[in-house]
Amino acid sequence: MTVEVTQQDAIGDFARSSDLTRRPRIREAVIVGFLFICGALSVLTTVGIVYELGSESLLFFTRRLWENSNRQLTDSIGKEETQFQITQTGSLLAVGDVIRIQNEVMEIVELDGAILVVKRGLEESAILPHPADIEVFRGDRVTLGEFFTGTSWNPQIGQFGILPLVNATLMTSIIAMAVALPLGLGVAIYLSEYASTRARSILKPILEVLAGIPTVVYGYFALTFMTPSLRFVFGRDTVDIYNTAAAGIVIGILILPLVSSMSEDALNAVPRALREAAYGLGATKLETAVKVVLPAAFSGIAAAVIVAISRAIGETMVVAIAAGAGPAFTFNPFESAETMTGHIVRISGGDLSYDTIDYNSIFAIGLMLFFMTLLLNVINQQVVRRFREVYE
Amino acid sequence: MSVIKNKGTVAAAVVSEYVDEINNRHRVGRVWRRVFQVSTIVGVVVLGALLFNILNQTFGYAAVKNTIEPESLAVDGISLEEMDKDQLIGILQANVSTGLMRRFENDEPMQDRSAEDLRGLILEWVVEPEVQKTWSLFESTFQKDALLAELHEKYPEASLQFFSWIDLDFVTTPQSANPLRAGVRTAILGSLWTILITVLFAFPIGVGAAIYLEEYAADNLINRIIRTNINNLAGVPSIIYGMLGLAIFVRTLQALTSGAAFGAAADPTSANGRTIISAGMTLGLLIMPLIIINAQEAIRAVPNSLRQASFGLGGTRWQTVWSHVLPNALPGILTGTILAISRAIGETAPLVVVGASTFITKDPSGPFSKFTTLPIQIYQWTARPQAEFRNIAAAAIIVLLVLLLSMNASAVLLRNRYRKEI
Repeated sequence: MTVEVTQQDAIGDFARSSDLTRRPRIREAVIVGFLFICGALSVLTTVGIVYELGSESLLFFTRRLWENSNRQLTDSIGKEETQFQITQTGSLLAVGDVIRIQNEVMEIVELDGAILVVKRGLEESAILPHPADIEVFRGDRVTLGEFFTGTSWNPQIGQFGILPLVNATLMTSIIAMAVALPLGLGVAIYLSEYASTRARSILKPILEVLAGIPTVVYGYFALTFMTPSLRFVFGRDTVDIYNTAAAGIVIGILILPLVSSMSEDALNAVPRALREAAYGLGATKLETAVKVVLPAAFSGIAAAVIVAISRAIGETMVVAIAAGAGPAFTFNPFESAETMTGHIVRISGGDLSYDTIDYNSIFAIGLMLFFMTLLLNVINQQVVRRFREVYE
Repeated sequence: MSVIKNKGTVAAAVVSEYVDEINNRHRVGRVWRRVFQVSTIVGVVVLGALLFNILNQTFGYAAVKNTIEPESLAVDGISLEEMDKDQLIGILQANVSTGLMRRFENDEPMQDRSAEDLRGLILEWVVEPEVQKTWSLFESTFQKDALLAELHEKYPEASLQFFSWIDLDFVTTPQSANPLRAGVRTAILGSLWTILITVLFAFPIGVGAAIYLEEYAADNLINRIIRTNINNLAGVPSIIYGMLGLAIFVRTLQALTSGAAFGAAADPTSANGRTIISAGMTLGLLIMPLIIINAQEAIRAVPNSLRQASFGLGGTRWQTVWSHVLPNALPGILTGTILAISRAIGETAPLVVVGASTFITKDPSGPFSKFTTLPIQIYQWTARPQAEFRNIAAAAIIVLLVLLLSMNASAVLLRNRYRKEI
């Protein structure tokens, strides 16, 4: 009896456990959900970047800067008066301008010489009587036109033209590419076409070491080695202590391993058959490398160059240390000039208080920088897609 | 006849022209080969120059001037080294202000201090050595005559001492305003704390995202967006991440990152979000794309037959991933993570933006402490105009490079071990 019972139980157990209908797997679903969130976090990061840079930049462009017009009220005014007179001399005012007297914000509706007709209590400011001889401030905003075409960046006196910063960034990047592109291509061709296996096994790790050195060390190198060298060669009077040339050259060295390793990968991906065909037609090694392999690897090399440019534009510590601390609109690489990234670092070092024009302005610069690198990234993906040569 | 002869000369001319051209082409080839070789050598030379430059600044002579010479402090012919505690305290009392004396007493009563400690105080506050000029290792070795001449001419009161700016004291003493006493202990601990937070934050999420993309994600719009996005994020300049960290971790989440919400703020009165945890999470966001891309590659390299075997035995997808794919991909994932971490250790710009402290001497005590890190310290010392700060910056660079080198070496070892097993 007992035996039968256990047998039946066992059969029942088996029948139950071999129920092959699909059951919901809650644990698995939770895990997949978590993994999806991990993946989606990267999208959130991008959204966060765009949102924060965008909203702070918006504040930057809508924030009003109060400028002393050097004109004063001639008589005291009460709460109700909308028409009053101010002194003649001082900066120009126009209809539509926003002015501030003490803490009250007003808009000029009509203007007749020094007699103003205003709308009072704008932007929820309290309407109050004002005594005579009080200063009138004129509200000013940074316009997009001024931002993109102004040639002076000087937050203290309300000048926000980004050109000097962009110009310095482009100068260091161009110098960097002038160093890194020929050298990097030379290294890549040498390693992939000429070098023996033994030479490669020594040279490649050295370049990898170069790629692993932190950028602040390169900054130190620029200031304590490159600048003195440049001053030694070109003379102390021509070369400033802080200059874009030294920073640019060192950035070039910094991105050299990036250019060379990406280009070398591209060259190595070109099939042997192409090289052998070229040799078969009597081409020399150089002709094979330059006329056959290089064009075949074009998309990879173009990608390397674009990634390198975007790295050079975004590079911060080298320029922060060696390029100088003060925006300057100059095309002379031996003079000091502050780049976009250098400016952000200098302004945000130390306790930067929130909601100041400085705080907002670095986000506007950051947004500009973000779009520049994003554009390069998109171009990069297009180039790779368009010019990619697919081999068996 | 003349036609044949003519043909012969034409053929000879063609051949000689051909040979000339071949020689020419080979000559050009050789020249360019040299050019390519030279550009490679330039890369190597630059690395050499960089390392030389750092070593050159780390060692060398310095002209040091003491405010009071130690010999003049000797009483009755007993030098500082031979004095007992009471005599040392007497010297301190005679030479420093009462206010300073009271401060020393508050830190630790005089009678409880060791003679060694007292001698240190005398050296620091009474003798007060001051570096007037430093020379590089190269100048110290090869141009010693010029160096001595300059010393006698410009710094007659100073004595010449050979310095190794990096030594054990440099690694174990905290930051100080005086380059002779400054160390990188605070910075090293700050770096380690920050990296700890970075890893705890970025590793699980990064690997999770990689698993999702490689093992679960169907080829639909959302997943394509995620993929493209990760590639784009890897190209965003690091300083932008710093601004994101400043806006989100430091400012918006201030209550959390300052520790105030947990009652754990290091100093409740001045607590703000510029803490280790903000810095660590900012760096975490920065290296996450790198971790994801590396982990994706490692997971992709796991042979499909393993997955199929697991499925064949009735394993669910997660069981397959957890018990078969991950263990096999782990060495690759770890290698990629170590490389990403060594990138994070060297990052400076985002941390400056997030708000690294310019000067702290206290060791960080937890994730809600104010922080400085090794690269930040290097940056701040390099930015100082005085030459002796360049010397200690070079010493700090050596510490940083040793740290990075050991990390990279462990990554290489891991990779090699993994290769043997397969």
